[in-house]
Amino acid sequence: MSSENMTLKLKIWRQKDSFEAGKMVDYTITGVSPDMSFLEMIDVLNDDLIRKGDDPVAFDHDCREGICGMCSMFINGEAHGPNRGVTTCQLHMRSFNDGDTIYIEPWRSQGFPVIKDLMVDRGAFDRIIQAGGFISVNTSGRTLDANAIPIAKEDADTAFDAATCIGCGACVATCPNSSAMLFVGAKVSQFALLPQGHPERKERVVNMVKQMDEEGFGNCSNIGACEVQCPKNISIEVIARMNREYFGALVKPEN
Amino acid sequence: MATPLFKSSIVKKLWMALTGLFLILFLVVHAGINAMIFFNDEGATFNQWAHFMGTNVLIRTAEIGLFIGFIVHIVDGLMLYFQNRKARPVRYARENAGVSSKWYSRSMALLGTLILLFLVLHMAHFWVKTRVTELSVDQKAVLIDGHLYENLYAEMDMVFQSPLVVVIYVLGCLALLYHLLHGFRSAFQTLGIGQHKYTGAIAVAGDAFSVIICALFASMPVAMYFDLIK
Repeated sequence: MSSENMTLKLKIWRQKDSFEAGKMVDYTITGVSPDMSFLEMIDVLNDDLIRKGDDPVAFDHDCREGICGMCSMFINGEAHGPNRGVTTCQLHMRSFNDGDTIYIEPWRSQGFPVIKDLMVDRGAFDRIIQAGGFISVNTSGRTLDANAIPIAKEDADTAFDAATCIGCGACVATCPNSSAMLFVGAKVSQFALLPQGHPERKERVVNMVKQMDEEGFGNCSNIGACEVQCPKNISIEVIARMNREYFGALVKPEN
Repeated sequence: MATPLFKSSIVKKLWMALTGLFLILFLVVHAGINAMIFFNDEGATFNQWAHFMGTNVLIRTAEIGLFIGFIVHIVDGLMLYFQNRKARPVRYARENAGVSSKWYSRSMALLGTLILLFLVLHMAHFWVKTRVTELSVDQKAVLIDGHLYENLYAEMDMVFQSPLVVVIYVLGCLALLYHLLHGFRSAFQTLGIGQHKYTGAIAVAGDAFSVIICALFASMPVAMYFDLIK
Protein backbone atom coordinates (compact mmCIF):
# COMPACT_ATOMS: atom_id res chain seq x y z
CA MET A 1 0.00 0.00 0.00
CA SER A 2 1.30 3.39 -0.94
CA SER A 3 0.52 6.93 0.19
CA GLU A 4 2.68 8.63 -2.47
CA ASN A 5 1.57 9.10 -6.06
CA MET A 6 2.37 6.04 -8.13
CA THR A 7 3.65 5.20 -11.59
CA LEU A 8 2.01 2.12 -13.07
CA LYS A 9 2.42 -0.03 -16.15
CA LEU A 10 -0.92 -0.91 -17.71
CA LYS A 11 -1.57 -3.71 -20.18
CA ILE A 12 -5.01 -3.01 -21.64
CA TRP A 13 -7.05 -4.99 -24.17
CA ARG A 14 -7.70 -2.73 -27.18
CA GLN A 15 -10.23 -3.85 -29.77
CA LYS A 16 -11.65 -1.47 -32.37
CA ASP A 17 -15.05 -3.17 -32.71
CA SER A 18 -16.70 -6.57 -32.50
CA PHE A 19 -15.40 -7.62 -35.92
CA GLU A 20 -11.67 -6.91 -35.64
CA ALA A 21 -9.29 -8.90 -33.49
CA GLY A 22 -7.91 -7.08 -30.46
CA LYS A 23 -4.58 -7.13 -28.63
CA MET A 24 -2.99 -6.12 -25.35
CA VAL A 25 -1.43 -2.64 -25.51
CA ASP A 26 1.10 -1.25 -22.99
CA TYR A 27 0.64 2.15 -21.31
CA THR A 28 2.53 3.92 -18.56
CA ILE A 29 0.59 6.18 -16.24
CA THR A 30 2.17 8.55 -13.72
CA GLY A 31 0.86 10.58 -10.79
CA VAL A 32 -1.73 8.01 -9.75
CA SER A 33 -3.09 8.93 -6.32
CA PRO A 34 -3.74 5.96 -4.00
CA ASP A 35 -7.10 7.58 -3.20
CA MET A 36 -8.31 7.32 -6.79
CA SER A 37 -10.81 4.66 -7.70
CA PHE A 38 -9.76 2.28 -10.43
CA LEU A 39 -12.16 3.92 -12.88
CA GLU A 40 -10.78 7.38 -12.04
CA MET A 41 -7.34 6.05 -12.89
CA ILE A 42 -8.69 4.99 -16.32
CA ASP A 43 -10.34 8.43 -16.63
CA VAL A 44 -6.92 10.05 -16.13
CA LEU A 45 -5.38 7.73 -18.72
CA ASN A 46 -8.18 8.54 -21.19
CA ASP A 47 -7.77 12.27 -20.59
CA ASP A 48 -4.14 11.84 -21.48
CA LEU A 49 -4.97 9.78 -24.60
CA ILE A 50 -7.55 12.33 -25.79
CA ARG A 51 -5.07 15.21 -25.36
CA LYS A 52 -2.59 13.26 -27.49
CA GLY A 53 -5.28 12.70 -30.12
CA ASP A 54 -5.46 8.96 -29.44
CA ASP A 55 -8.59 6.85 -29.10
CA PRO A 56 -9.59 6.62 -25.40
CA VAL A 57 -10.16 3.23 -23.76
CA ALA A 58 -13.86 2.35 -23.93
CA PHE A 59 -15.22 0.86 -20.69
CA ASP A 60 -18.62 0.43 -19.07
CA HIS A 61 -19.50 2.39 -15.94
CA ASP A 62 -22.53 4.12 -14.49
CA CYS A 63 -23.30 4.66 -10.81
CA ARG A 64 -19.72 4.37 -9.52
CA GLU A 65 -21.05 3.38 -6.11
CA GLY A 66 -21.08 -0.38 -6.50
CA ILE A 67 -24.76 -1.03 -7.11
CA CYS A 68 -25.47 -0.80 -10.84
CA GLY A 69 -23.34 -3.67 -12.14
CA MET A 70 -22.06 -1.82 -15.20
CA CYS A 71 -18.31 -1.76 -14.57
CA SER A 72 -16.83 -4.99 -15.75
CA MET A 73 -13.06 -5.19 -15.85
CA PHE A 74 -10.96 -8.32 -15.45
CA ILE A 75 -8.03 -6.91 -13.50
CA ASN A 76 -4.81 -8.89 -12.97
CA GLY A 77 -6.64 -12.14 -13.64
CA GLU A 78 -9.63 -11.47 -11.39
CA ALA A 79 -13.13 -10.12 -12.00
CA HIS A 80 -13.34 -6.60 -10.50
CA GLY A 81 -9.73 -6.93 -9.33
CA PRO A 82 -8.08 -8.34 -6.22
CA ASN A 83 -10.55 -7.19 -3.54
CA ARG A 84 -13.59 -9.19 -2.40
CA GLY A 85 -17.22 -8.08 -2.34
CA VAL A 86 -16.63 -4.98 -4.46
CA THR A 87 -17.08 -3.88 -8.04
CA THR A 88 -14.31 -2.21 -10.08
CA CYS A 89 -15.60 1.29 -9.24
CA GLN A 90 -15.15 0.51 -5.54
CA LEU A 91 -11.61 -0.76 -6.05
CA HIS A 92 -9.09 1.90 -5.09
CA MET A 93 -5.54 2.42 -6.26
CA ARG A 94 -4.28 1.96 -2.69
CA SER A 95 -4.72 -1.75 -3.41
CA PHE A 96 -1.74 -1.48 -5.79
CA ASN A 97 1.90 -0.53 -5.37
CA ASP A 98 4.15 1.91 -7.20
CA GLY A 99 5.68 0.22 -10.25
CA ASP A 100 3.04 -2.52 -10.51
CA THR A 101 2.02 -3.93 -13.87
CA ILE A 102 -1.76 -4.20 -14.16
CA TYR A 103 -3.52 -6.36 -16.75
CA ILE A 104 -6.96 -5.00 -17.74
CA GLU A 105 -9.15 -7.20 -19.93
CA PRO A 106 -12.84 -7.43 -20.84
CA TRP A 107 -15.14 -10.21 -19.55
CA ARG A 108 -14.36 -13.24 -21.70
CA SER A 109 -17.24 -15.44 -22.79
CA GLN A 110 -18.95 -16.55 -25.94
CA GLY A 111 -22.12 -15.14 -24.34
CA PHE A 112 -20.51 -11.69 -23.83
CA PRO A 113 -19.12 -10.53 -27.21
CA VAL A 114 -16.73 -7.57 -27.02
CA ILE A 115 -18.23 -4.35 -28.42
CA LYS A 116 -15.07 -2.26 -28.08
CA ASP A 117 -11.99 -2.43 -25.84
CA LEU A 118 -13.26 -3.34 -22.34
CA MET A 119 -16.99 -3.09 -23.14
CA VAL A 120 -18.92 -6.30 -23.68
CA ASP A 121 -22.50 -6.91 -24.75
CA ARG A 122 -24.34 -8.32 -21.74
CA GLY A 123 -27.65 -8.50 -23.61
CA ALA A 124 -27.64 -12.26 -22.98
CA PHE A 125 -28.50 -11.54 -19.33
CA ASP A 126 -31.44 -9.35 -20.42
CA ARG A 127 -32.76 -12.14 -22.65
CA ILE A 128 -32.46 -14.64 -19.78
CA ILE A 129 -34.50 -12.28 -17.58
CA GLN A 130 -37.06 -11.84 -20.36
CA ALA A 131 -37.39 -15.64 -20.55
CA GLY A 132 -38.78 -15.82 -17.01
CA GLY A 133 -37.07 -13.54 -14.50
CA PHE A 134 -40.26 -11.71 -13.55
CA ILE A 135 -43.67 -12.21 -11.96
CA SER A 136 -46.89 -11.52 -13.88
CA VAL A 137 -49.04 -9.07 -11.94
CA ASN A 138 -52.19 -7.29 -13.11
CA THR A 139 -51.64 -3.61 -12.38
CA SER A 140 -55.34 -2.82 -12.07
CA GLY A 141 -54.87 -0.35 -9.25
CA ARG A 142 -56.05 -2.97 -6.78
CA THR A 143 -52.72 -4.78 -6.53
CA LEU A 144 -52.10 -6.46 -3.21
CA ASP A 145 -49.40 -4.76 -1.15
CA ALA A 146 -46.46 -7.19 -1.15
CA ASN A 147 -45.78 -6.36 2.49
CA ALA A 148 -49.26 -7.57 3.42
CA ILE A 149 -48.24 -11.17 2.68
CA PRO A 150 -46.55 -12.80 5.68
CA ILE A 151 -43.22 -14.38 4.72
CA ALA A 152 -40.96 -16.38 7.03
CA LYS A 153 -37.96 -14.30 8.09
CA GLU A 154 -35.43 -16.88 6.88
CA ASP A 155 -37.06 -17.09 3.42
CA ALA A 156 -37.27 -13.31 3.13
CA ASP A 157 -33.58 -12.97 4.04
CA THR A 158 -32.42 -15.74 1.69
CA ALA A 159 -34.51 -14.28 -1.15
CA PHE A 160 -33.01 -10.86 -0.51
CA ASP A 161 -29.46 -12.28 -0.48
CA ALA A 162 -30.17 -13.71 -3.96
CA ALA A 163 -31.82 -10.47 -5.09
CA THR A 164 -28.68 -8.47 -4.35
CA CYS A 165 -27.32 -9.76 -7.70
CA ILE A 166 -26.58 -6.73 -9.87
CA GLY A 167 -26.14 -8.76 -13.06
CA CYS A 168 -22.58 -7.56 -13.62
CA GLY A 169 -21.41 -10.87 -15.12
CA ALA A 170 -18.37 -11.35 -12.87
CA CYS A 171 -19.53 -14.95 -12.31
CA VAL A 172 -19.33 -15.67 -16.04
CA ALA A 173 -16.03 -13.82 -16.40
CA THR A 174 -14.34 -15.66 -13.56
CA CYS A 175 -15.80 -19.12 -14.16
CA PRO A 176 -13.22 -21.37 -15.86
CA ASN A 177 -16.19 -22.80 -17.82
CA SER A 178 -17.66 -19.35 -18.50
CA SER A 179 -20.96 -20.51 -16.99
CA ALA A 180 -23.79 -18.13 -16.07
CA MET A 181 -25.34 -20.36 -13.42
CA LEU A 182 -24.67 -18.10 -10.44
CA PHE A 183 -26.59 -15.27 -12.14
CA VAL A 184 -29.48 -17.49 -13.24
CA GLY A 185 -29.48 -19.32 -9.90
CA ALA A 186 -29.76 -16.02 -8.03
CA LYS A 187 -32.66 -14.84 -10.19
CA VAL A 188 -34.49 -18.18 -9.94
CA SER A 189 -33.91 -18.34 -6.17
CA GLN A 190 -35.22 -14.89 -5.35
CA PHE A 191 -38.60 -15.76 -6.92
CA ALA A 192 -38.73 -19.41 -5.81
CA LEU A 193 -38.46 -18.35 -2.16
CA LEU A 194 -41.34 -15.87 -2.24
CA PRO A 195 -45.09 -16.56 -2.63
CA GLN A 196 -45.36 -14.09 -5.54
CA GLY A 197 -42.96 -16.24 -7.53
CA HIS A 198 -44.76 -19.54 -7.00
CA PRO A 199 -47.46 -19.48 -9.75
CA GLU A 200 -44.80 -19.40 -12.50
CA ARG A 201 -41.93 -21.17 -10.77
CA LYS A 202 -41.83 -24.29 -12.99
CA GLU A 203 -41.94 -22.60 -16.39
CA ARG A 204 -39.62 -19.88 -15.09
CA VAL A 205 -36.71 -22.17 -14.23
CA VAL A 206 -37.09 -24.25 -17.39
CA ASN A 207 -37.29 -21.22 -19.69
CA MET A 208 -34.47 -19.31 -18.02
CA VAL A 209 -32.12 -22.31 -18.11
CA LYS A 210 -33.05 -22.94 -21.76
CA GLN A 211 -32.24 -19.34 -22.65
CA MET A 212 -28.99 -19.49 -20.66
CA ASP A 213 -27.90 -22.58 -22.62
CA GLU A 214 -28.79 -20.95 -25.94
CA GLU A 215 -26.67 -17.87 -25.19
CA GLY A 216 -23.44 -19.84 -25.47
CA PHE A 217 -22.35 -19.86 -21.82
CA GLY A 218 -20.48 -22.92 -20.60
CA ASN A 219 -21.73 -25.62 -18.23
CA CYS A 220 -21.32 -25.32 -14.46
CA SER A 221 -19.05 -27.95 -12.91
CA ASN A 222 -19.27 -26.69 -9.31
CA ILE A 223 -15.77 -25.19 -9.26
CA GLY A 224 -17.03 -22.39 -7.00
CA ALA A 225 -14.87 -19.51 -8.29
CA CYS A 226 -18.01 -17.44 -9.02
CA GLU A 227 -19.05 -17.12 -5.39
CA VAL A 228 -15.55 -15.96 -4.42
CA GLN A 229 -15.43 -13.28 -7.13
CA CYS A 230 -19.09 -12.14 -6.92
CA PRO A 231 -19.12 -8.48 -5.80
CA LYS A 232 -22.33 -9.22 -3.88
CA ASN A 233 -21.00 -12.40 -2.25
CA ILE A 234 -23.82 -14.54 -3.60
CA SER A 235 -23.34 -18.19 -2.58
CA ILE A 236 -23.45 -21.16 -4.97
CA GLU A 237 -26.28 -22.29 -2.71
CA VAL A 238 -28.49 -20.48 -5.26
CA ILE A 239 -27.24 -22.88 -7.95
CA ALA A 240 -28.18 -25.87 -5.78
CA ARG A 241 -31.64 -24.34 -5.32
CA MET A 242 -31.99 -23.75 -9.06
CA ASN A 243 -31.06 -27.40 -9.69
CA ARG A 244 -33.77 -28.50 -7.24
CA GLU A 245 -36.29 -26.21 -8.91
CA TYR A 246 -35.30 -27.58 -12.30
CA PHE A 247 -35.56 -31.24 -11.27
CA GLY A 248 -38.95 -30.47 -9.70
CA ALA A 249 -40.13 -28.97 -12.98
CA LEU A 250 -38.85 -31.99 -14.94
CA VAL A 251 -40.61 -34.50 -12.69
CA LYS A 252 -43.86 -32.52 -12.44
CA PRO A 253 -44.05 -29.85 -15.17
CA GLU A 254 -47.44 -28.39 -14.15
CA ASN A 255 -47.57 -25.98 -11.22
CA MET B 1 -42.23 -31.26 -21.29
CA ALA B 2 -40.12 -30.91 -24.40
CA THR B 3 -36.92 -30.36 -22.43
CA PRO B 4 -34.18 -32.31 -24.20
CA LEU B 5 -32.79 -34.60 -21.53
CA PHE B 6 -29.22 -34.41 -22.78
CA LYS B 7 -29.08 -30.80 -23.98
CA SER B 8 -29.81 -28.88 -20.79
CA SER B 9 -26.70 -27.88 -18.86
CA ILE B 10 -28.39 -28.90 -15.60
CA VAL B 11 -29.30 -32.36 -16.89
CA LYS B 12 -25.77 -32.85 -18.20
CA LYS B 13 -24.41 -32.25 -14.74
CA LEU B 14 -27.11 -34.42 -13.22
CA TRP B 15 -25.77 -37.33 -15.27
CA MET B 16 -22.25 -36.57 -14.02
CA ALA B 17 -23.48 -36.56 -10.41
CA LEU B 18 -25.60 -39.73 -10.62
CA THR B 19 -22.97 -41.78 -12.46
CA GLY B 20 -20.27 -40.31 -10.19
CA LEU B 21 -22.11 -41.42 -7.05
CA PHE B 22 -22.70 -44.86 -8.59
CA LEU B 23 -18.95 -45.14 -9.31
CA ILE B 24 -18.24 -44.04 -5.72
CA LEU B 25 -20.47 -46.89 -4.54
CA PHE B 26 -18.46 -49.25 -6.75
CA LEU B 27 -15.22 -47.96 -5.18
CA VAL B 28 -16.57 -48.82 -1.72
CA VAL B 29 -17.39 -52.39 -2.75
CA HIS B 30 -14.10 -52.79 -4.66
CA ALA B 31 -11.97 -51.45 -1.79
CA GLY B 32 -13.93 -53.45 0.78
CA ILE B 33 -13.42 -56.77 -0.99
CA ASN B 34 -9.78 -56.10 -1.87
CA ALA B 35 -9.08 -55.22 1.76
CA MET B 36 -9.65 -58.94 2.52
CA ILE B 37 -6.01 -59.46 1.47
CA PHE B 38 -5.07 -57.90 4.81
CA PHE B 39 -6.53 -60.89 6.69
CA ASN B 40 -3.09 -62.53 6.28
CA ASP B 41 -4.64 -65.91 5.37
CA GLU B 42 -2.73 -66.23 2.08
CA GLY B 43 -5.67 -64.65 0.34
CA ALA B 44 -8.19 -67.37 1.23
CA THR B 45 -11.01 -64.97 2.19
CA PHE B 46 -10.15 -62.65 -0.68
CA ASN B 47 -10.17 -65.47 -3.25
CA GLN B 48 -13.56 -66.68 -2.03
CA TRP B 49 -15.05 -63.19 -2.32
CA ALA B 50 -13.43 -62.67 -5.72
CA HIS B 51 -15.00 -65.94 -6.82
CA PHE B 52 -18.43 -64.75 -5.61
CA MET B 53 -18.04 -61.41 -7.44
CA GLY B 54 -17.02 -63.17 -10.62
CA THR B 55 -19.77 -65.79 -10.67
CA ASN B 56 -22.88 -64.35 -8.96
CA VAL B 57 -25.58 -63.56 -11.52
CA LEU B 58 -26.72 -60.34 -9.81
CA ILE B 59 -23.15 -59.05 -9.50
CA ARG B 60 -22.36 -59.88 -13.13
CA THR B 61 -25.54 -58.01 -14.20
CA ALA B 62 -24.54 -55.04 -12.06
CA GLU B 63 -21.15 -55.19 -13.76
CA ILE B 64 -22.86 -54.33 -17.07
CA GLY B 65 -24.47 -51.34 -15.32
CA LEU B 66 -21.02 -50.39 -14.05
CA PHE B 67 -19.63 -50.30 -17.59
CA ILE B 68 -22.57 -48.16 -18.72
CA GLY B 69 -22.00 -45.87 -15.72
CA PHE B 70 -18.32 -45.48 -16.63
CA ILE B 71 -19.11 -44.78 -20.29
CA VAL B 72 -21.81 -42.18 -19.52
CA HIS B 73 -19.51 -40.48 -16.97
CA ILE B 74 -16.59 -40.36 -19.43
CA VAL B 75 -18.57 -39.33 -22.52
CA ASP B 76 -20.61 -36.69 -20.64
CA GLY B 77 -17.45 -35.40 -18.92
CA LEU B 78 -15.51 -35.05 -22.17
CA MET B 79 -18.51 -33.39 -23.84
CA LEU B 80 -18.71 -30.86 -20.99
CA TYR B 81 -14.97 -30.24 -21.21
CA PHE B 82 -15.02 -29.44 -24.94
CA GLN B 83 -18.22 -27.37 -24.71
CA ASN B 84 -16.77 -25.36 -21.84
CA ARG B 85 -13.52 -24.74 -23.75
CA LYS B 86 -15.60 -23.45 -26.65
CA ALA B 87 -17.57 -21.11 -24.37
CA ARG B 88 -14.45 -18.90 -23.97
CA PRO B 89 -13.09 -18.47 -27.52
CA VAL B 90 -10.53 -15.81 -26.48
CA ARG B 91 -8.55 -16.75 -23.35
CA TYR B 92 -7.41 -14.23 -20.75
CA ALA B 93 -3.85 -12.90 -21.04
CA ARG B 94 -3.59 -13.15 -17.28
CA GLU B 95 -5.77 -15.43 -15.17
CA ASN B 96 -5.30 -15.63 -11.42
CA ALA B 97 -7.54 -18.68 -10.99
CA GLY B 98 -5.74 -20.04 -7.92
CA VAL B 99 -7.17 -17.38 -5.59
CA SER B 100 -10.79 -18.40 -6.13
CA SER B 101 -10.78 -22.14 -6.78
CA LYS B 102 -8.79 -25.32 -6.28
CA TRP B 103 -6.56 -26.61 -9.09
CA TYR B 104 -8.15 -30.04 -8.97
CA SER B 105 -11.66 -28.58 -9.35
CA ARG B 106 -10.46 -26.98 -12.57
CA SER B 107 -8.63 -30.14 -13.71
CA MET B 108 -11.35 -32.79 -13.49
CA ALA B 109 -11.08 -33.68 -17.18
CA LEU B 110 -7.29 -34.10 -16.93
CA LEU B 111 -7.55 -36.15 -13.71
CA GLY B 112 -10.35 -38.21 -15.26
CA THR B 113 -8.21 -38.92 -18.32
CA LEU B 114 -5.30 -40.03 -16.11
CA ILE B 115 -7.67 -42.34 -14.22
CA LEU B 116 -8.96 -43.71 -17.53
CA LEU B 117 -5.40 -44.45 -18.70
CA PHE B 118 -4.74 -46.17 -15.38
CA LEU B 119 -7.96 -48.17 -15.79
CA VAL B 120 -6.82 -49.57 -19.15
CA LEU B 121 -3.69 -50.98 -17.48
CA HIS B 122 -5.65 -52.10 -14.41
CA MET B 123 -8.27 -53.95 -16.48
CA ALA B 124 -5.52 -55.64 -18.52
CA HIS B 125 -3.89 -56.75 -15.25
CA PHE B 126 -6.96 -58.24 -13.60
CA TRP B 127 -10.37 -57.92 -15.28
CA VAL B 128 -9.32 -59.39 -18.63
CA LYS B 129 -7.47 -62.26 -16.93
CA THR B 130 -10.36 -63.21 -14.63
CA ARG B 131 -13.27 -62.66 -17.01
CA VAL B 132 -11.89 -63.30 -20.52
CA THR B 133 -8.54 -65.12 -20.64
CA GLU B 134 -6.87 -66.79 -17.68
CA LEU B 135 -4.46 -65.90 -14.87
CA SER B 136 -0.78 -65.70 -15.81
CA VAL B 137 0.46 -66.94 -12.43
CA ASP B 138 1.73 -70.57 -12.22
CA GLN B 139 -0.64 -71.76 -9.50
CA LYS B 140 -3.92 -70.73 -11.16
CA ALA B 141 -6.20 -72.34 -8.59
CA VAL B 142 -6.06 -72.94 -4.88
CA LEU B 143 -7.94 -75.38 -2.62
CA ILE B 144 -9.89 -73.67 0.19
CA ASP B 145 -12.19 -75.75 2.46
CA GLY B 146 -12.38 -78.51 -0.13
CA HIS B 147 -13.32 -76.18 -3.02
CA LEU B 148 -11.12 -75.06 -5.85
CA TYR B 149 -10.90 -71.26 -6.29
CA GLU B 150 -9.17 -69.08 -8.85
CA ASN B 151 -5.97 -67.78 -7.21
CA LEU B 152 -6.45 -64.07 -7.84
CA TYR B 153 -4.42 -63.32 -4.71
CA ALA B 154 -1.34 -64.97 -6.21
CA GLU B 155 -1.92 -63.03 -9.44
CA MET B 156 -1.98 -59.75 -7.48
CA ASP B 157 1.18 -60.74 -5.63
CA MET B 158 2.89 -61.44 -8.94
CA VAL B 159 1.75 -58.22 -10.66
CA PHE B 160 2.87 -56.09 -7.73
CA GLN B 161 6.44 -57.43 -7.75
CA SER B 162 7.27 -54.81 -10.38
CA PRO B 163 8.28 -51.49 -8.80
CA LEU B 164 7.13 -49.65 -11.94
CA VAL B 165 3.63 -51.15 -11.67
CA VAL B 166 3.46 -50.26 -7.96
CA VAL B 167 4.46 -46.64 -8.71
CA ILE B 168 1.86 -46.39 -11.51
CA TYR B 169 -0.83 -47.78 -9.18
CA VAL B 170 0.05 -45.29 -6.43
CA LEU B 171 -0.05 -42.42 -8.95
CA GLY B 172 -3.40 -43.73 -10.21
CA CYS B 173 -4.69 -43.57 -6.62
CA LEU B 174 -3.36 -40.02 -6.32
CA ALA B 175 -5.26 -38.95 -9.45
CA LEU B 176 -8.37 -40.64 -8.03
CA LEU B 177 -7.89 -38.83 -4.70
CA TYR B 178 -7.99 -35.37 -6.27
CA HIS B 179 -10.79 -36.38 -8.64
CA LEU B 180 -12.84 -37.47 -5.61
CA LEU B 181 -11.99 -34.40 -3.50
CA HIS B 182 -13.93 -32.33 -6.02
CA GLY B 183 -16.32 -34.99 -7.30
CA PHE B 184 -17.83 -36.13 -4.00
CA ARG B 185 -19.03 -32.74 -2.76
CA SER B 186 -19.79 -31.61 -6.31
CA ALA B 187 -22.28 -34.46 -6.77
CA PHE B 188 -24.28 -33.32 -3.76
CA GLN B 189 -24.23 -29.69 -4.90
CA THR B 190 -25.58 -30.79 -8.30
CA LEU B 191 -28.36 -32.83 -6.70
CA GLY B 192 -29.43 -29.64 -4.97
CA ILE B 193 -28.25 -30.62 -1.48
CA GLY B 194 -26.19 -27.47 -1.16
CA GLN B 195 -27.63 -25.48 1.70
CA HIS B 196 -25.28 -24.13 4.32
CA LYS B 197 -26.54 -26.54 6.97
CA TYR B 198 -25.31 -29.53 4.92
CA THR B 199 -22.29 -28.27 2.97
CA GLY B 200 -19.87 -28.44 5.93
CA ALA B 201 -20.78 -32.04 6.76
CA ILE B 202 -20.69 -33.10 3.10
CA ALA B 203 -17.27 -31.49 2.59
CA VAL B 204 -15.79 -33.21 5.66
CA ALA B 205 -17.37 -36.58 4.76
CA GLY B 206 -16.21 -36.22 1.14
CA ASP B 207 -12.64 -35.33 2.04
CA ALA B 208 -12.41 -38.11 4.64
CA PHE B 209 -13.92 -40.64 2.22
CA SER B 210 -11.53 -39.62 -0.59
CA VAL B 211 -8.43 -39.88 1.59
CA ILE B 212 -9.44 -43.19 3.25
CA ILE B 213 -10.49 -44.96 0.06
CA CYS B 214 -7.42 -43.85 -1.91
CA ALA B 215 -5.00 -44.63 0.92
CA LEU B 216 -6.58 -48.07 1.25
CA PHE B 217 -6.22 -48.77 -2.48
CA ALA B 218 -2.65 -47.47 -2.60
CA SER B 219 -1.65 -49.55 0.43
CA MET B 220 -2.43 -52.80 -1.42
CA PRO B 221 0.26 -52.79 -4.12
CA VAL B 222 2.72 -51.25 -1.63
CA ALA B 223 2.04 -53.91 1.00
CA MET B 224 2.43 -56.69 -1.57
CA TYR B 225 5.62 -55.27 -3.02
CA PHE B 226 7.27 -55.02 0.40
CA ASP B 227 5.88 -58.44 1.44
CA LEU B 228 4.03 -56.93 4.40
CA ILE B 229 1.17 -59.42 4.06
CA LYS B 230 1.12 -63.19 3.74
